[in-house]
Amino acid sequence: MPVLSEAIREKIREQFPKYPNKRAVTLPALHIVHDEYRQVSLDAIREIAELLELHPSEVHDTMSFYQFFRTEKDPLGNHRVWVCRSISCMLRGGEELLGELCNRLHVKPGETTSDGKVTLEFAECLGGCDGAPCLLVNDECEMNMTPDSAMTLIDGLRAKS
Amino acid sequence: MAQFEPTLLARIHKPDSPALASYRADGGYEALKKALGMAPVDVINEVKNSGLRGRGGAGFPCGLKWTFLPKDHPGPIYLAVNADESEPATFNNRILMEKDPHQLLEGIAIACHAIKSNSAYIYVRYEYGRSYRAMQAAIDECYANGILGKSVLGSDFSLDIRLHRGAAAYICGEETGLIESLEGKRAWPRIKPPFPAIEGLFRKPTIVNNVETLCCVKQILQRGGDWFKSMGVPPDPNNPRDAGSYGPKLYCISGHVNNPCCVELPMGITARQLIEEHGGGVWKGRQAKAVVPGGISMGFMSASELDTPLDFNGPGKVGCLGLGTAAVTVIDDQTSMVDVLFNCARFFAHESCGQCTPCREGTAWMHKILNRVRAGHGELRDLDLLVEVASSMGIIPGTTICGLSDGAAWPIKNAIKKFRSEFEDYIKSGRKSVDPIPAGAH
Ligand SMILES: Cc1cc2nc3c(=O)[nH]c(=O)nc-3n(C[C@H](O)[C@H](O)[C@H](O)COP(=O)(O)O)c2cc1C
Ligand code: SF4
Ligand code: FES
Repeated sequence: MPVLSEAIREKIREQFPKYPNKRAVTLPALHIVHDEYRQVSLDAIREIAELLELHPSEVHDTMSFYQFFRTEKDPLGNHRVWVCRSISCMLRGGEELLGELCNRLHVKPGETTSDGKVTLEFAECLGGCDGAPCLLVNDECEMNMTPDSAMTLIDGLRAKS
Repeated sequence: MAQFEPTLLARIHKPDSPALASYRADGGYEALKKALGMAPVDVINEVKNSGLRGRGGAGFPCGLKWTFLPKDHPGPIYLAVNADESEPATFNNRILMEKDPHQLLEGIAIACHAIKSNSAYIYVRYEYGRSYRAMQAAIDECYANGILGKSVLGSDFSLDIRLHRGAAAYICGEETGLIESLEGKRAWPRIKPPFPAIEGLFRKPTIVNNVETLCCVKQILQRGGDWFKSMGVPPDPNNPRDAGSYGPKLYCISGHVNNPCCVELPMGITARQLIEEHGGGVWKGRQAKAVVPGGISMGFMSASELDTPLDFNGPGKVGCLGLGTAAVTVIDDQTSMVDVLFNCARFFAHESCGQCTPCREGTAWMHKILNRVRAGHGELRDLDLLVEVASSMGIIPGTTICGLSDGAAWPIKNAIKKFRSEFEDYIKSGRKSVDPIPAGAH
């Protein structure tokens, strides 16, 4: 039984005409799989490799370089919240924000809340320094955060799904 | 100066600024039409004459870089647009893409006509989800309206522009790291030469340009190279390598100011003017102790150096690596430079791609040593050790492949030189910086 659904395979194939070779579809394919399954398992790596006519080790090599992608041992929760710890946020309370969210959610950076809904991470500069401290909810930046406003946001995410 | 009007940011406050109809109502794609009526070499010459230098950090003359492509190449030739913007404190590309995506697309199309490329990739850092969606919507509008595809604006020039998403790694901003990443590999920068113009993306001739650079290209074609050259700072006669700093520049201001923001100004404004006239002054009525002139890779200016003009040549005169991304970060007088430098070292230790031993090990050790100092276990000789490690890594000493290493080493060398007594006092006092993050978090 393949782990990648036909719909996901089709989404990956749709990327082919954009590039002169299939290897260049590695990152797009990893994103498509990761978004859908919240992880890229070894089985998924093998199936991506087959689609892209690569050796699985080549897909694995690329994937493991970007610490962004989670494996089956360590899947993402439904939502990913990244707190910026780089200089402009640090100067305006970013580290305290991260520490406070760790305490309130009972997780360390990288871990997922016990209900499986929110994965908390640290991030390097999110490019939202004009609204420091800021965080990223999945891929959207939220600026000028306080521990309370960030918790309100996170509670909203947990209520959604 | 009084009559300076922003051009790159002129449209960003309009409610529907990203929409094609609104862009066209403001004269959008007229510059492209004009460029298509010119020979490619004339477009290159216009950009050359404007004096435009790359906005991505290195400041390489843009038109000159375009001339490095092989003559009469059968193609394909690629344009890789660097939208990986990850240098800490830098955010102007985000504003350009979210608020005026067509300005960038027009700049890309003009550049592609000039370099005879029919295919451009925009490498957008993963974190810029809103930018990615704004660019995708704008690209879709262009295909639907004959601006992209087989016949650009009815001409015989064809162009495809594709978006490619990164995966949260700073090194993908280095131009050959970006190319490797786009090809589907780990983003290990390549040894140069060959430079991308000769052998780049998919082993074909490739130009890599920054988002802001390409937006300047659109303004230059619209207003003329002379307009661009009418503002900024001419070459420093004492520095034969300075090609001058012309045109408008987007300066980002963040950190300890009342009003963090991005402003467009003629090249050469000082940090003090930026802080006072645009950043609303240092917050909480405090003074600035140090200012980063252009992303943390550039090092620090001390309080006595704030009148340095922020052009390509200025920061180097006060011991900084360069103008970098012109992202100005203000550090107030209540902040410990030990904590600031630790933050910089941690960033580079996290982002080194690990390919070159001096960079991989050097960034890790600088992080460890500063961590030890912050834990109250530092010794005075650690400062010399830090400088020794920093001096051994980078393109400048010749031990690494890419400039990440130089950017990691520079703030260390420069902060310990400029703020040595503060580091010594910190170590002698046995102070500690309390880490607010639970143990084991890093
Ligand atoms: C470690 C490192 C990171 C870089 N990151 C970026 C970046 O995020 N965006 C960018 O435009 N240039 C970045 N650069 C500079 C690029 O290598 C390249 O010089 C630039 O994209 C060329 O475009 P320009 O000439 O238009 O400035 C980086 C360089 C290094 C060494
Ligand atoms: S200098 Fe550092 S970041 Fe650059 S290629 Fe070498 S190890 Fe990688
Ligand atoms: S330092 Fe946090 S967004 Fe830039």
